[in-house]
Amino acid sequence: MSILDYLTRNRNKKSASMAKERLQIILAHEHTNDDAPDYLPALKQELLAVVSKYANIDLGDIKVNLDREGGFDILELNITLPENEKKAKAAARR
Amino acid sequence: MSKVIVVTSGKGGVGKTTTSASFSTGLAMRGHKTVVIDFDVGLRNLDLIMGCERRVVYDFVNVINGEATLKQALIRDKAYDNLYILPASQTRDKDAFSKEGVGKVIDELKESFDFIVCDSPAGIERGALMALYFADEALVVTNPEVSSVRDSDRILGILSAKSKRAEDGLDPIKEHLVVTRYSPSRVESGEMLSIDDIQELLGIKLLGIIPESPAVLQASNSGVPVVRDDDSNSGQAYQDLVARFLGEERPMRFMGPEKKGFLQRLFGT
Repeated sequence: MSILDYLTRNRNKKSASMAKERLQIILAHEHTNDDAPDYLPALKQELLAVVSKYANIDLGDIKVNLDREGGFDILELNITLPENEKKAKAAARR
Repeated sequence: MSKVIVVTSGKGGVGKTTTSASFSTGLAMRGHKTVVIDFDVGLRNLDLIMGCERRVVYDFVNVINGEATLKQALIRDKAYDNLYILPASQTRDKDAFSKEGVGKVIDELKESFDFIVCDSPAGIERGALMALYFADEALVVTNPEVSSVRDSDRILGILSAKSKRAEDGLDPIKEHLVVTRYSPSRVESGEMLSIDDIQELLGIKLLGIIPESPAVLQASNSGVPVVRDDDSNSGQAYQDLVARFLGEERPMRFMGPEKKGFLQRLFGT
């Protein structure tokens, strides 16, 4: 390792540990979805289509979770509705 | 009892074919009757790496379709007469691979070979699934790089879910980690994932480390598997890997950077 390498070493040091951290997170995430049925993304899209007829939401506002408890699959839906639009406008005017 | 071993990775370009060629040649060098099968239909390359591309007459798909016998399609290696190559078809489409067809060929090979090495194509399409379906053991080839590690993780999932062993409820496929293109000096300077990192992420046992080396390109240029290059560190690393696979204890080499002199250390290479 040359002097130049030594001087730039601290900056480089981060990239391998960043790679490891990012991989730990994404692999853990992908493993939780291992036995999730393939229809979950489509289910999300269709829910979005239905709910957005009535309220202004996007895909990020819908959380679909599949849990397993004692032999049962629990499908958990969590849809965050926007604040009441009239109220929000009134609040903004004030 | 003969063994079927798949060489797989998910990601392309990480060294599956290089590893298949050197692993099968290494087994033959140790006296085991070995055949290596190219599963990459349409993108045949194992023949080039093994240096037998001009002797291909019939291929794997010909045998499956009954257009040639196995004996006609198998190519005997020039250096080791206990080593044979079954080349992939260059023209047919992948639909030629039926489970029954591939299974029949592998069963026939089991009658006369100790080891059947399956060189998987990249991806998780039919060719790759067929290459791993009949496997007893797997070499998972991984580069110290994020996309390769992630794809290896996916392949591990597929090995444990979609193989014949999984479907028949037998013992799972024995998985071995092979890290290729490893550069100890870059690991030391913190810009490359280390062996420990990769092992921790993938959770399988390490079989061998193949250091990044110009010898690998030189070997493929000349069509002689790098395991036969006794003078190169990657050749020695593949010889170690084969010995470990056969149950020998060999310490891991090439994990640390090469020793450099004082001036080299001061000014780099």
